[in-house]
Amino acid sequence: MPELGVLPPRYWRNVRYYYRLEGTRCKTCGRIYYPPRIRCVCGSSDMENISLLLSPKFVLECHTTLHSVPVEFEKFKPLGFGLVRAYLPDGQSIRIIAPLTDFLSRDEYEDASGRELEPTFRVVMRDRTYGLVCYGTKFRIRHSRV
Amino acid sequence: MNMLAGIAGWGTYIPRFRISTREIARVWGDDPLRIRDLYLIEEKSVEFYDEDAVTMAVNAARTALRRAEIDPEHIDAVFVGTESKPYAVKPIASIITAALGLRLDVQSFDAEFACKAASDLIICMYGLLAARRVRAGIVVGSDASQGEPGEHLDYSASAGAVAFVLSSDKDKICAVIEDFYSCSSDTPDFWRRDGCPYPVHGEGFTGEPAYFRHIVEAARGLMQKLGLKPQDFDYAVFHQPNTRFPLRVASVLGFPVDKVRPGIVVNAVGNTYNASALLGLAKVLDVAKPGSRILVVTYGSGAGSNAFSIVTTDNITRKQSLAESLEQQINDKVLIDYSLYLRFRRLIRVLQ
Repeated sequence: MPELGVLPPRYWRNVRYYYRLEGTRCKTCGRIYYPPRIRCVCGSSDMENISLLLSPKFVLECHTTLHSVPVEFEKFKPLGFGLVRAYLPDGQSIRIIAPLTDFLSRDEYEDASGRELEPTFRVVMRDRTYGLVCYGTKFRIRHSRV
Repeated sequence: MNMLAGIAGWGTYIPRFRISTREIARVWGDDPLRIRDLYLIEEKSVEFYDEDAVTMAVNAARTALRRAEIDPEHIDAVFVGTESKPYAVKPIASIITAALGLRLDVQSFDAEFACKAASDLIICMYGLLAARRVRAGIVVGSDASQGEPGEHLDYSASAGAVAFVLSSDKDKICAVIEDFYSCSSDTPDFWRRDGCPYPVHGEGFTGEPAYFRHIVEAARGLMQKLGLKPQDFDYAVFHQPNTRFPLRVASVLGFPVDKVRPGIVVNAVGNTYNASALLGLAKVLDVAKPGSRILVVTYGSGAGSNAFSIVTTDNITRKQSLAESLEQQINDKVLIDYSLYLRFRRLIRVLQ
């Protein structure tokens, strides 16, 4: 059995957070958490799951581009990460750190702060030629609108 | 009209990156004008290096579900047609169920019949809906297809996905599946042996005995079954390995070009295999008026065709406004050169 870089249970346990951006909301005070927490800072543990993908609007607040990356991400260079604000249907918002995609150089994100983004389902990592293909949610600049 | 089952929502996904056939011809020493004349393809879509048949399927399915206005809790089945699975063994359909947050007791599987499997799955889902064994289900066609660099397929094999939410709920249906007709035969026009990175094909043999024979047989069989003629249809959509084939088969069947052109996508995005004709259907649904009758004929090498007669309902206009159109996705593009194309499609040999 070859060595696996990504252990199946570790990936599997987090699928809902990677695929659906599932966080938690405190039923007592309304605070939202992503990644999810089981206990709120207000002391309550009465939490409900919410998917940030239900947010009708995502805005890029600021971003960075990495050219020196760990070896397992070498073929995905450059890596972009943004501070993304998700506006939920009820008017609340939360800021998350998220990977950016569909760009080839940092120039494309110049003046991108404040622009609207859209979530997109993508490959985050391929574990060598035989291991798992890990999927998750990334963001890209939104061009068309409905 | 038969209202047993129909389309409640549709969704498409085309990668943002494109390469022109002119650029491919430049690299491989072909005459770009001859290539253009041969295929009538200007550009084809290219999956980014973090895209594959799974990611495109999920993105298309999400859009289809939004347009269907059906609670994910009410989706009872997810079927995927593809010939370019990233895993030889591990389904795409189960990844979709997780990404869409569907229930655990959802029937899900992938199927393969070259470019035809997704349309076969529409027939499977229709049967389950008609038998009242599912309330609503999702069918996806998704491919990031292979073509050997420098070979014919390099000019057309592209990437894209289309998804349909099918339902038996009259209030949700925006396009009724009136009827369908299938045919198949053992015709070796195109294949890929297990373990081979690229498919091979029979060149001219892919035309008359394969594509044209099966599409004409299925289309004529359906029209005869329903007692309809080409003039009874407002649109005709055929499988699109290039632009020349669907235009020619339309002419053989007696459909004027203006009924075929609205469903042509291959000239702008290439051949998306399992998504090909069904993307054409989605493009027509984006603009069709209520009461439009659409002929859709898919084709899969090996070989077979499914012909469908689909009639839009009064719900179509409202559904059109619920998500972005395929035309918008086609126009949202970034052109790349052949070196980036090789990198994106992971055709450069690396150690890991």
